Amino acid sequence: MIITPNQARWGSAILGATTLTSPAMAGSISVEVPRLSVAEYHRPYVAIWIAAADGSQTRTLDVWYDAKHRGEPGTKWLSDLRAWWREEGRNMATIPAGLSGPTRAPGKYIIPLPKDLKAGAYVLKVEAARETGGRELVSVPITIAAKGAKGGAAQGKGELGAVSVTLP
Amino acid sequence: MRNPARSLALGLLAAATALSLPQTASAHRMWLLPTATTLSGEDPWVDVDAAISNDLFYPDHFPLQLGQVKVTQPDGSEGKLEHPMTGRHRSTFDVHLTQEGTWRIGVSGVNIMGSFKVDGVEKRVGRRPGPPPGAFGPAGGPNGAPGGMPPRGEGRPEGPPPAGGFAGPNGGPAVEAVSIDAIPANATDIKLTESWTRNEIFVTRGKPSTNLLTPTGKGLEFAPITHPDDLVAGQPAKFRFLIDGKPAVGLKLEIIPGGKRYRDAEDGFTATTDAQGVATINWKGAGLYWFTTSAADKNPLDKRATDRRMSYTATVEVQAL
Repeated sequence: MIITPNQARWGSAILGATTLTSPAMAGSISVEVPRLSVAEYHRPYVAIWIAAADGSQTRTLDVWYDAKHRGEPGTKWLSDLRAWWREEGRNMATIPAGLSGPTRAPGKYIIPLPKDLKAGAYVLKVEAARETGGRELVSVPITIAAKGAKGGAAQGKGELGAVSVTLP
Repeated sequence: MRNPARSLALGLLAAATALSLPQTASAHRMWLLPTATTLSGEDPWVDVDAAISNDLFYPDHFPLQLGQVKVTQPDGSEGKLEHPMTGRHRSTFDVHLTQEGTWRIGVSGVNIMGSFKVDGVEKRVGRRPGPPPGAFGPAGGPNGAPGGMPPRGEGRPEGPPPAGGFAGPNGGPAVEAVSIDAIPANATDIKLTESWTRNEIFVTRGKPSTNLLTPTGKGLEFAPITHPDDLVAGQPAKFRFLIDGKPAVGLKLEIIPGGKRYRDAEDGFTATTDAQGVATINWKGAGLYWFTTSAADKNPLDKRATDRRMSYTATVEVQAL
């Protein structure tokens, strides 16, 4: 497995997989890829990541891209996810196994929130970029805590639909 | 002196077999991009990038093949492409503006495409629009260096298409295609469309001139009221379009500002021509814009065709006030 600089930093400070004080939340993220009525539709590239509220740390949760674009890696367009690329993508030699998947058709998708997040304030970020289409970033501030945890929701305007985080 | 209108029409016909411009439903857009449209000084040059790509004006797909590009001097005579170069994603060339006035630089042509049947077997006429031979770069560099890499995802073979045919989509089996003159007498179900394409830029040394904007009365023509090298932010431009010399009414223009990389959305907009064939365009600010429009009717020049499709595309620069 490839440890990225960000993961390494995260691991030392917040990831805390072995820390018993972790609230062990079984939260989930819901991301809607909207159905668009356009002449030429391509499924969007989507990045889902979480950042500490102060921006000090980031962690990629999922990237949906065309790993086999007509037989060749579709990594050429990963940088179109420009916010994710600055914060995460460019620091990765490759996207770690298990953190990526193919592009998705319009619909609603549920992604589990990592259980090992330490208590604190975070921003869940979802960014979409579509060939011949637009680009959008939706942010949802959340709070992880043993008591008083707070999910959230936000609505995309074009490239993304509803984005929400549900915490138990 | 040659009559520019007449030579234009002849030129269009001459280009009929030589030219095949991509004009699929895909958003792969052909564009020419000048370094400037308004030039002064004793020895001005303009440099032009030319490519086919989704986003304007970022070359990341195909270079435009420079063999198709023509330079027309303000007096109507043919000018020269200097220092031409075709790279992986774009072609580039310079034009030495040796004459005062407005120059036209671009590609245009008429192509007939369609299908017919012989004994129930369908055959195609003309080459399917797509990257022309050599679009992937030179077939071989000096010292036997390999040619340009095939662009990602296109899947088309390098080099010229198979003789008498063309590759199917994604490099599939070739489909038999013939020239319009080779349609046999016993052909049935003949469906031919005459396709007119024009894609150009205007650059001006000194004072804008209108010599090259005089309509010929043939096909879809750009006959602007506001000179294309005299566009200013905050000042609506009036662009007139004609079809066979008559106002093209209700023509929809799609107008797209450059610089998409620095926005979230394409921010394109439309304008429609009125009863006089005039579209009024309210620019969203200074910058480079690409616009395109198309029309279809049943008045082909070549009567063997039943339908005619015409498109006009240009890149213009809107100056800051």
